[in-house]
Amino acid sequence: MTEAALTLRAAPQGKTLLLSGRLDAAGAAALWPAMTRALAEKPSAIDLSAVEIMDSAGAVLVLRAGDDVPVQGGSPDVIAVLERNRAALAAAPVPVAPPREFTPITRFGGMVFGGIQAALSGIAFVGEALVAAFRVLFRPRLFRGAEFLRHLDEIGLRAFPLTLLLGFLIGLILAYQSSIPLKRFGAEIFVPNLVGISLLRELGPLLAGVVLAGRTGSAFAAELGTMTVNEEVNALRIMGIDPMVMLVLPRILAAILVMPALTLLMNLAGLAGMTVVMETLGFPWSAVSNQLQQWLKLGDLMGGLFKSACFGLVIGAIGCRAGLSAGFGPRAVGDAATAAVVGGIVAIVAMDGVFAILFFRLGI
Amino acid sequence: MNDETVIRVEDLAVSFGPRTIFKDVSFEVKRGEVFVILGGSGCGKSTLLKALIGIVPIAAGRAEILGVDLAEADAEGQLELLKRIGVMWQSGALFGNMTLSENVELPLEEHTDLPRPAREALARAKLGLVGLGDAAGLLPAEISGGMAKRAGIARAMALDPPLLILDEPSAGLDPITSAGLDKLILDIARSTGTTFVVVTHELQSILAIGDRCIMLDKEAQGMIAMGKPRDLRDTGTHPTVRAFFRREAA
Repeated sequence: MTEAALTLRAAPQGKTLLLSGRLDAAGAAALWPAMTRALAEKPSAIDLSAVEIMDSAGAVLVLRAGDDVPVQGGSPDVIAVLERNRAALAAAPVPVAPPREFTPITRFGGMVFGGIQAALSGIAFVGEALVAAFRVLFRPRLFRGAEFLRHLDEIGLRAFPLTLLLGFLIGLILAYQSSIPLKRFGAEIFVPNLVGISLLRELGPLLAGVVLAGRTGSAFAAELGTMTVNEEVNALRIMGIDPMVMLVLPRILAAILVMPALTLLMNLAGLAGMTVVMETLGFPWSAVSNQLQQWLKLGDLMGGLFKSACFGLVIGAIGCRAGLSAGFGPRAVGDAATAAVVGGIVAIVAMDGVFAILFFRLGI
Repeated sequence: MNDETVIRVEDLAVSFGPRTIFKDVSFEVKRGEVFVILGGSGCGKSTLLKALIGIVPIAAGRAEILGVDLAEADAEGQLELLKRIGVMWQSGALFGNMTLSENVELPLEEHTDLPRPAREALARAKLGLVGLGDAAGLLPAEISGGMAKRAGIARAMALDPPLLILDEPSAGLDPITSAGLDKLILDIARSTGTTFVVVTHELQSILAIGDRCIMLDKEAQGMIAMGKPRDLRDTGTHPTVRAFFRREAA
């Protein structure tokens, strides 16, 4: 079998494009640039009599010339392949891409509109969850206790080791970093004050929130997203079971209850990490303990725990909403999980800012 | 159809751990034939298909496709063979983030040096051949189940393989769409000389498209019949074969 070749031959009635050899995918790929040049010469005919074999790729190469250039020669098999592909291409017009508008104004408008829509739908979701919570309050048997306990275990107990490790390392790092500038003033003894207040008021709740958003918010979104894609959520609705009651409430409630526990663990582990650093700097445990007792107030701890419960509510709600509003297709679940994590982290940081102002005004 | 053997299976057996799915399965498929693997649910039809193309390991026996034994071929030999086989999966298995045209272009992009305009034109031709010429720009999520199956066939045909393997092409489709798909398979087989191996349990499809078939049975853990579908329907003696073709409870 000879390789594919293309020759432009002068004839009395005009130039003839002579194709020969094996016109398969490899042959068509090899001849494509030469064909482009040859068609620019406006041949009057294409001769296929020397073509030994032709597949769809070869046919597409020949059909580039269009219907104006007649085809000559060619075995019945070659002509059959050519005509089959000609008919198939005639049935498949070149798709026209819709015009795209990407001016900055339309993009900005789209972003604002999308943001407003998302906010409204978020408010609607919280409203639905509240209505469902009231229904459960008056008909407690609707509440799925086993499901709630399963979530407590999954998002709480199983997150304890990660929380302890992160808290310990954060306390350690904070203590080391803050000891460097304080050492210049001989004020290393105040490291426990700095680390303790930072952890209890801000970093403990915030980091526990990040752990919950990354570990649990994404899991909620992926699980509920898969159920949505598989139409299990629709099946629940058709069976007269409110997905809010069965799927959302146990998760949100578990997240609210688990967050203070995770925050407390994060705080304790952080203080332990800080104590280790203080020991290495030559300060005994009694000195560290004395500093903490003297400077930390119960309000610092309680304020942080209250914040963390609010973070749990928001992270749980965002994760569940992302899952239940998942679209269709293979990317839907991944998109929902990403939306849950990003939305959860942004929301808790924004909420933390609001709490900072609120606590400042209230003098907490 | 001619006498050239495209698939030769000898005493094939597949097991999952201690559980034997089927054993002693032997048959040949000739070039240009529409060969149907049929049987009830759970009898191992799809597993046999996957064993043929090397996805499921073979416990015993051998399977030779287009003269190559996948189990014995080296990596390059396996790739060369797989380029000559098109497979349509039960669900269509279209890539959800690509348009139908891009789905068809993917094997062309991977295995040929064709420039982009050639690939696009070829994809349009393949989609036109299966009646999806005006759906090239749609995503799989935007089309119906029947369209997804046809798009799956178009993608399987992208490299003009001499052998097309279809897993349950009619499953879950309405009778009209199913009949349309049967006609498409016959049209492609007759016009291109492509050999088809079709796994199905849809009686109407088996009778409409099958040149020859084998029947697998869960209880027998293997093949219980081979022949032309209409002959099996009219003269089959095995109780399961008779029950299958007469739609009776076994």
